[in-house]
Amino acid sequence: MRWESWAQFWDMGGYGLYVWGSMGMTALFIVFEVWQARVAHQQALALAATESQDNP
Amino acid sequence: MTIRWFYYAAPQTFYALAGRLWPWFAALATLLAAAGLWIGFAVAPADAQQGEGYRIIFVHVPVSWMSMIIYLAMAFWSILGLTFNTRLSGLMTRALAPTGAMFAFLSLWTGALWGKPMWGTWWVWDARLTSELILFFLYLGYMALTSAIDDVRRADRAGALIAVVGAINVPIIYFSVTWWNTLHQGASVSLTRSPSMAALMLWGMLIMALACWLYTLAIVCYRVRSLIIERERHADWVQNLPEVAGVKP
Repeated sequence: MRWESWAQFWDMGGYGLYVWGSMGMTALFIVFEVWQARVAHQQALALAATESQDNP
Repeated sequence: MTIRWFYYAAPQTFYALAGRLWPWFAALATLLAAAGLWIGFAVAPADAQQGEGYRIIFVHVPVSWMSMIIYLAMAFWSILGLTFNTRLSGLMTRALAPTGAMFAFLSLWTGALWGKPMWGTWWVWDARLTSELILFFLYLGYMALTSAIDDVRRADRAGALIAVVGAINVPIIYFSVTWWNTLHQGASVSLTRSPSMAALMLWGMLIMALACWLYTLAIVCYRVRSLIIERERHADWVQNLPEVAGVKP
């Protein structure tokens, strides 16, 4: 392990804002995309289910 | 061994195949990301010139590669769709686009956050950055166009044209650093010469790139299943799916 403390880890040698701004935005987008894909899947299933009600 | 390509290109069979595959891709992506982040943030030493700031590379290069690869994949499926008129092609292209747009945006975002401390500017209109911005707009254009046309098969064909014509931009992005005098540095990793990076940094970056590949495979397999259900919702096989029957009131 290269870090002596968490504070040092988050500071990233003074580049903390840039490094964590990059990693954080990437993590945020991936979490959002996965959540969005799950919602879209439920909506697609619901749409298919109502379709059969309309045309039995 | 012969693979029955057209058998798997039928939406019904691909729906089942993608459903079996995506959990494995997702699990592998998670493991690889954990390994890559460990190497990138706990094992790899600081850079001689950029100190700890260079660690942006572990996300910037993988997302930038994926933004180009996904566009090429969209062009590939579009060519298949335009020539063979396979039903799956348009759905695969649509499933790829949002993830490609996300990676293109992240490439610009992480690039800006890397440019500011190292170059002294968030943005510069050099060939590499500008062509990547055009790639981002091509993704947005594809998504806007396909969602604006009501007839889905016509929308697929129109989108396929954007995907194929826009693919010319991908080699322009890739070679921009050699064709033009750019502020952006040249490739650190290429197929023709040995990489100009320390081994640990290189491995961290390659493992992160592989993680992004598997993430893309997982999310595209997942998303295309929603698109297949939506488009084939009148078909008996969809109506007979246990997951659809389960939602019925």
